[in-house]
Amino acid sequence: MRLCIYPIMTYFRGVWCIMEKLIPAKDRLLKSKNNWMDGELRGKVLVILCAVIMISATISITIFIGTKGLQSFIKNGVSLFEFLTSTHWNPTDQAKPEYGALPFIFGSFAVTFLSALVAAPLGIGGAIFMTEIAPSWGRKILQPVVELLVGIPSVVYGFIGLTVLVPFIREHVGGLGFSLLSGMIVLSIMILPTITTIATDAISSLPNSLREGSYALGATRWQTIRKVLIPAALPTLLTAIVLGMARAFGEALAVQMVIGNVRNLPSSILDASATLTTIITLNMGHTTYGSVENNTLWSMGLILLVMSFAFILLIRYLSSRRKL
Amino acid sequence: MASALMNKPTGKQEVQSVRQINKELILEVNNLEIFYGEKRAVNEISMVIEKNSITALIGPSGCGKSTFLRSINRMNDLIPGARAEGEIIYEDLNILSEQINVVALRKEIGMVFQKPNPFPKSIYENITHALKFAGIKKKSMLDEIVEESLQKAALWDEVKDRLHKSALSLSGGQQQRLCIARTIAMKPTIMLLDEPSSALDPISNAKVEELIIDLKKDYSIIIVTHNMQQASRISDKTAFFFKGDLIEYDATEKIFTNPSVKKTEEYISGRFG
Repeated sequence: MRLCIYPIMTYFRGVWCIMEKLIPAKDRLLKSKNNWMDGELRGKVLVILCAVIMISATISITIFIGTKGLQSFIKNGVSLFEFLTSTHWNPTDQAKPEYGALPFIFGSFAVTFLSALVAAPLGIGGAIFMTEIAPSWGRKILQPVVELLVGIPSVVYGFIGLTVLVPFIREHVGGLGFSLLSGMIVLSIMILPTITTIATDAISSLPNSLREGSYALGATRWQTIRKVLIPAALPTLLTAIVLGMARAFGEALAVQMVIGNVRNLPSSILDASATLTTIITLNMGHTTYGSVENNTLWSMGLILLVMSFAFILLIRYLSSRRKL
Repeated sequence: MASALMNKPTGKQEVQSVRQINKELILEVNNLEIFYGEKRAVNEISMVIEKNSITALIGPSGCGKSTFLRSINRMNDLIPGARAEGEIIYEDLNILSEQINVVALRKEIGMVFQKPNPFPKSIYENITHALKFAGIKKKSMLDEIVEESLQKAALWDEVKDRLHKSALSLSGGQQQRLCIARTIAMKPTIMLLDEPSSALDPISNAKVEELIIDLKKDYSIIIVTHNMQQASRISDKTAFFFKGDLIEYDATEKIFTNPSVKKTEEYISGRFG
């Protein structure tokens, strides 16, 4: 009897047969030869495949932008020094084309830092409000607000900036309205959710024993926040700011709609300006593939890529400091 | 009766209450009830705590002893929905009153927690942290207090060469003594210890116990402990809590050798809890 059902039991490898130990130990415990069937190998292959696709996509994008971006310097003979330091951008001039991207590089950095300057205190303040001051109702109100801000598409931000912010600045502050200032305000609202969300997580994940320890020594709430919680969460708070800056640096559409897109170096915050991303989006349509001007746009893309690597390295460095 | 107990002893042996008190009192608890929302965690307890002595609170988990301890420096205020009724008298003031400045109160009634919780800063800054809030800014004075409190916490010799290293680099036992040191630095009158050595190894535990006995001469200490040997080794008086009630409160020796309530005896001999 047992002899006749034994092959069937091993074939199905039923859980019951194994649990009841009806089949000999070598069939229960030795590694099966046919790994593909037991799902373990299949799962492994599947996730390795996912990882390989992601890694190869990133690497090929990097290589592509790298080769395209360097072409203007190698093939077209544009001077790298001129590209990075000259303020004259005049690629369409027939007689003497100029390729100085400094105004755009400066514009990118300027709006990024300015918007971080506005968004960082706002975001961290909001995070403290949600976690420490009014954890119950504050969070209930602010959380959906922040999530909503993430969901608004950047073209809508740009549109609002164009119709509300630009005329407002023109009438009440001065200048054309299209300015670094407008770009800064639009961008700071756009990166606010990133900073707020990460900062909230950073502060609320601090152990309660830190708060209790400080309160038990007779510290007030503000003293505890300022001297214990913020220092303890600082590496993550900085990471939040850097991530926000990375987003601001790469944002194109909304900025393009409000910043004015001129090729001069701005001399004040009310001057119109341009960033690397806005110049790329503006000009990629009307330049021919392979032309010098098109290649210099790729060089700007390369600068964006290098900067985003720099941001990632900075975040890595900051999070390694977290483990005190 | 209650107010008579509060007065400092007038004659020599004149103040003799029901409880045979001839030491100065530091706290007097009258009909204290503590609620978490609807749930009552502590039921109408009354007791007096002597000055410069160690009072141990024992009892099974969830009996209300930690809740009671945390109400003494109003740490329960931080828990939403927690409230206390009755009174705890400290220097003629009811510290449960709305008018009490809890920040000032916690400077006088310090607390050390179960798990060592040093701030992620240097050893030195851990101690000066609260001092700066209290308004002490002068470097020489801070240095002096840091050394003094680390000496008192029996930690000075171990850390004097690395005061500016991170406090998190210390061992668990050292961290706990650092937490005691930073409480001492505030010069409190009462120190509340919530199972201060339960997370420590036996050797660190022995050091902390030694330290607590040593601190008795300067401070009044109330300690919650799950370790009955610890209670019998270090405390002068022991209170046994069960399900929110104060079952028995007496001299430690009496509680551990000849308790008058059967429940206490059962708990101490390990029949439940």
